[in-house]
Amino acid sequence: MNRSRPKKERSDVFYTIRETLTAFKRAPLLTGLSAAMVGLALFVVGLFGLATYNVQVYMETLEERVEVVAYLRDDATTEEIADMVRALTSLPEVLGVDFVTKGEALERAYRELPEFSEILTDLEVNPLPASLEIQLRPGNRTPETANRIAEQAGLYPPVEEVQYGEEWVDKLFTLRRMGAVTTTVLGTAFAVVAALIIGTAVRIAIFARQEEIKIMQLVGARDAFIHRPFLLEGGITGALGGALALALTYTTFWSVFHYLFIISWIPWEWVGIGVSSGIVFGVLASGYAVRKHLREV
Amino acid sequence: MIKFIKVTKEYGRPEPALSDVSFHLVKGQFAFLTGHSGSGKSTALRLAHLAERPTHGEVRVSGFSSSRTSRRDVWKLRRKVGYVFQDFRLLPNRTALENVSFALEVIGSSRKQIVPRAQRLLAQVGLAPKAGAWVHELSGGEQQRVAIARALASEPLLLLADEPTGNLDERATRGIMDLFWEINVLGMAVLMATHDLELMRRHPKARVLELDEGHLVYDSAEKEQPEGRPDRSPGVLISDLAGEPEPAQEREI
Repeated sequence: MNRSRPKKERSDVFYTIRETLTAFKRAPLLTGLSAAMVGLALFVVGLFGLATYNVQVYMETLEERVEVVAYLRDDATTEEIADMVRALTSLPEVLGVDFVTKGEALERAYRELPEFSEILTDLEVNPLPASLEIQLRPGNRTPETANRIAEQAGLYPPVEEVQYGEEWVDKLFTLRRMGAVTTTVLGTAFAVVAALIIGTAVRIAIFARQEEIKIMQLVGARDAFIHRPFLLEGGITGALGGALALALTYTTFWSVFHYLFIISWIPWEWVGIGVSSGIVFGVLASGYAVRKHLREV
Repeated sequence: MIKFIKVTKEYGRPEPALSDVSFHLVKGQFAFLTGHSGSGKSTALRLAHLAERPTHGEVRVSGFSSSRTSRRDVWKLRRKVGYVFQDFRLLPNRTALENVSFALEVIGSSRKQIVPRAQRLLAQVGLAPKAGAWVHELSGGEQQRVAIARALASEPLLLLADEPTGNLDERATRGIMDLFWEINVLGMAVLMATHDLELMRRHPKARVLELDEGHLVYDSAEKEQPEGRPDRSPGVLISDLAGEPEPAQEREI
């Protein structure tokens, strides 16, 4: 009894694989249509992922520009400035502190404000103050942290004024919050629609074989034995659909990158999650549909 | 083999599909289950196959009880009961041999045995030369033979047949009935639903159970006819049969 069991299980596995392949061979059009439906549903999710990822990358670029600038009094000593740099650098939220001299500030003004170059040239005294540019670590580039660091920097004696662009930082973070809500709502909606389409595609394929399920039950096949080829079929349909969606999404990325503007390709973990979701939804939808047919008989 | 004990089946309509039906079919017996359309024949067969459960009462088939067998264990019963339909229900995209092999495969027969056994079963129903024919290449009678071979795959003790000759011509019907009798001679009980009076006339040795509006109104094996109708009279079909059917010889085990 114990010796025959593994042989029986091998036979079941063999049957499962063969029946699944046979089903694809017997109805290639139906299989292709199901996989195409799954693929198109996941392609929409892929496009959304591509757009979301690139917006995220752009937002991170903007966030990197969030910094606190402490303008220094002209009479600030080198020691005072050095002490301040040391103290600020030791803060956990601070990534680094750059000292910009008065001369560097004027050079920058020439470079960035060419329309005022004549006025700047005519000046007898450099009116621009030296400053410390305080960069924040990722995750700390929020209005709250920027404000706290600005208040702390303002307490040092050499500091005349502190700025961190309150208005645009606040706007940036409002935009980011709106983006997060929109991404969550739309992402959930796309995922639900994709799941429903995948479920329908797989169920149509199973509906076409309901007579087979009935006959299997009629002659005394165990439920698990009936389930397995259909689960595998659902998983393979999901995987084929996932591969199609990946190909379409990559083609779209390649076309935009080469002909329109530079964008980033989504992380491969996201790709893995997308394709795996297709397989999981395929298996679940298949299991649900077969179970429903089994209960009807 | 099959025992219906005060079985009632309701579907939410005012009149139940079966009402307080009791009978006992023993091993090796051949019985017709007759009655007009809608009399409850198919419902009785579905109950005997545990495709449905009675609303009241109990159905016992080959040691399985409708009140104690869980849905997960119904497959064990199905391997002891073959089922043949009026519309054959063969898989259209397979050959005769593949249809029978499919049944053998899903019940877990060893791979080496599947094809030889399927060929033997087809030979038993007289279809060995047509083993490789696609279903659409077979006549109605031949398709029903394949369906019978498939039903015999698990070597059942009982064969249920729902109007198996309903779609066949006279000649094919005779062939199929001969086949059922041959199977019955080997010891398998047969319960066949039919409303074909001529068929029952030609097989007077078979037991006859008649249903009318869900009531068992006639049982040729009973000297006292079953209760359930005020006048205890046979239904219209049995009254139309020429002469009284002879009670079948029971082989109680």
